[in-house]
Amino acid sequence: MPIRTMRVSGAPRSTGSPGAPDSAPGETGTPAKARARRAGLRGEGTWGWLFVSPMVLVLGLFMVLPILMALWVSLLHWDGQSNPFSGQADFAGLDNYRSLLTQDGLDRTLFATSLRNNLYYVLLTVPLQTLLALGLALIVNQRLLRGRGALRTTFFFPSVTSSIAVSTVFLFLFQGSGAVNSMLSWIGVKGPNWFADSRGVLSLVLGGLGIVDPERPTGMLADHSTMGLSWFEWLSGPSVAMCTLILLAVWTTSGTFMLIFLAALQNIPRELEESAAMEGVNRRQMLRYVTLPALRPVLFLVLTLGLISTWQVFDQVYVMGQGAPGNTTLTPAFLSYSAGFDNADFGQGAAIAFILLALILVLTVLQRWALRERGARTGRNR
Amino acid sequence: MTAAATAVRERTRRAPHDRGRPVLSRFRLPWRLVGYGAVLGLGLLYLLPFALQLVTGFKTDPDAAAHPLSLLPTTPTTAAYQRLFGLSQAADGVPFLRWLGNSALIAVLVTAGRVLFDSMAGYALARLRFRGRSVLFGFVLAVMAVPGVALLIPKFLVLNTFGLFDTYTGMILPLMVDAAGIFIMKQFFESVPREVEEAARVDGAGVFRIFWSVVLPMARPALITLTILSFQGSWNEFTHFLVSTQSGQYETLTTGLARFVSGGLGGGTQYPLKLAAALLSTLPVAALFFCFQRYFVSGANAGAVKE
Repeated sequence: MPIRTMRVSGAPRSTGSPGAPDSAPGETGTPAKARARRAGLRGEGTWGWLFVSPMVLVLGLFMVLPILMALWVSLLHWDGQSNPFSGQADFAGLDNYRSLLTQDGLDRTLFATSLRNNLYYVLLTVPLQTLLALGLALIVNQRLLRGRGALRTTFFFPSVTSSIAVSTVFLFLFQGSGAVNSMLSWIGVKGPNWFADSRGVLSLVLGGLGIVDPERPTGMLADHSTMGLSWFEWLSGPSVAMCTLILLAVWTTSGTFMLIFLAALQNIPRELEESAAMEGVNRRQMLRYVTLPALRPVLFLVLTLGLISTWQVFDQVYVMGQGAPGNTTLTPAFLSYSAGFDNADFGQGAAIAFILLALILVLTVLQRWALRERGARTGRNR
Repeated sequence: MTAAATAVRERTRRAPHDRGRPVLSRFRLPWRLVGYGAVLGLGLLYLLPFALQLVTGFKTDPDAAAHPLSLLPTTPTTAAYQRLFGLSQAADGVPFLRWLGNSALIAVLVTAGRVLFDSMAGYALARLRFRGRSVLFGFVLAVMAVPGVALLIPKFLVLNTFGLFDTYTGMILPLMVDAAGIFIMKQFFESVPREVEEAARVDGAGVFRIFWSVVLPMARPALITLTILSFQGSWNEFTHFLVSTQSGQYETLTTGLARFVSGGLGGGTQYPLKLAAALLSTLPVAALFFCFQRYFVSGANAGAVKE
């Protein structure tokens, strides 16, 4: 019974180092106030550290240490064979980062392509999933709608299933002669061969309008390039294949975000809505002047959560294309993986992982900062 | 106390009734019909993929290719399921039962570990006073912000260095604690009134006794949420297993299915088999979802309070 002995020894907790808080029960010098505060439980510090020790060990070994090790490896040319910490591996300095960001070559072109692909993925997925989730939440929040519980379940269900399983289903639905194209043929549209179509959607639209010729881009668009990718390629939009990934993401995530919106909708004070109704507002005015302003903080939360998660798309890419066709479903996360595991260039892979990590952390910091601002403001208003 | 409790219960019972009454008048009948039509269509959009998945599992390969949209198999067959469960010879390449066994083993161990370690850490961070507590909580928040996909190669490096690559230990141990679960438990324990613990303390209970026999039993709703989220998370986990294993004997439902599906880029081949495997791998989480939906809901909203 260690607690008993602690109590008998009667010594207040020491203020030692965090690593060994209660190592010296006999230590003196704790202020009387602190002793009074801790009068209830002796040995709280030891227990505290005992309770958090599994967390510290696991998160330290498998979250913090990997980051430090990868930081080192991103400075090496390492093929995954020898021990990267023995000094035998080839120290490369910032070479890996340079070949991704500044040096002309295949690496940079691939990285730029993956950034472009993911950027379009983010630009389309985030607004679509947010709008759809808001719409679904407004529907399910209709108090007189029959079967709203069943609807909520239906909309939310895709969110809880495994990403691999639903990707498999989408592969089936969007095959060349699959269910989606069969449905499109009902309305006389000949659907594309989704997963084999690397043409950019924007360039298709512009080509259809006769503004540019997607086959042979000319002029400014073809002559200029940024990071090894011509302006035409930057601006050609997500490929048809990437659009299936976007649809999948919108379909699977809308349910989760719907629930977040729904919780916020049900938190809107009823008096507010009632008094607005007494003023004689119609539905559109209610939505515009009462509901949406009340949802603004949550809207921001959903947008940033979406921004953060869409930059991490990986599972769907692995199942649905692995970068094909023509590298148009390549994303930085997948590029990092394949650089290491397919091309045995772990230094390069780690460098890509760090650039991605930096990007996502910036977004996260932005989110937390903005949410804190908002929290303070609403607090003052109240 | 009982009177107050009854009053609270009365109020909560009446409240949903109040909320049930709409503020604005109903839509006119034609609009209502249009609305129901649109909502029905939306619902179908969410259900149809699963319905097609279920039906296609009972089709033959040519049937699935020729009639991808039909909801009735022309020649119903259970061939796909027989192959998955090893009842027919042609099962090579799809060791489904091994995948299932691995997934189940890992999900059970990871869930047990997370429930225990997350609630211990959550309790310590919420209630116990020790040096470095606020630093540790900051650490948890920081870890929550680290995106998993940026850790693919880093995790491989660590597992490789420790000799844990391609072992069950390497697959399970890193998942045993998760920062989000700790956060949920800390939030919950902070909402437990201190008086309960103080009463136990007066009776002479130590820290561990208070945690184990007083606080933890009160935490049932949070523990159920955590159990479900952990099971769902480890059952659906993909990237960690992808970088921590390479041999076939460690394949789980996610990595096995992913390799099978993405490797066989032969177009429309074997879709009944693939979809049946995908369906079976969804079933356990789906069953949990339909039984404990409200805990999934609170889990989804826990993501919203990550401030």
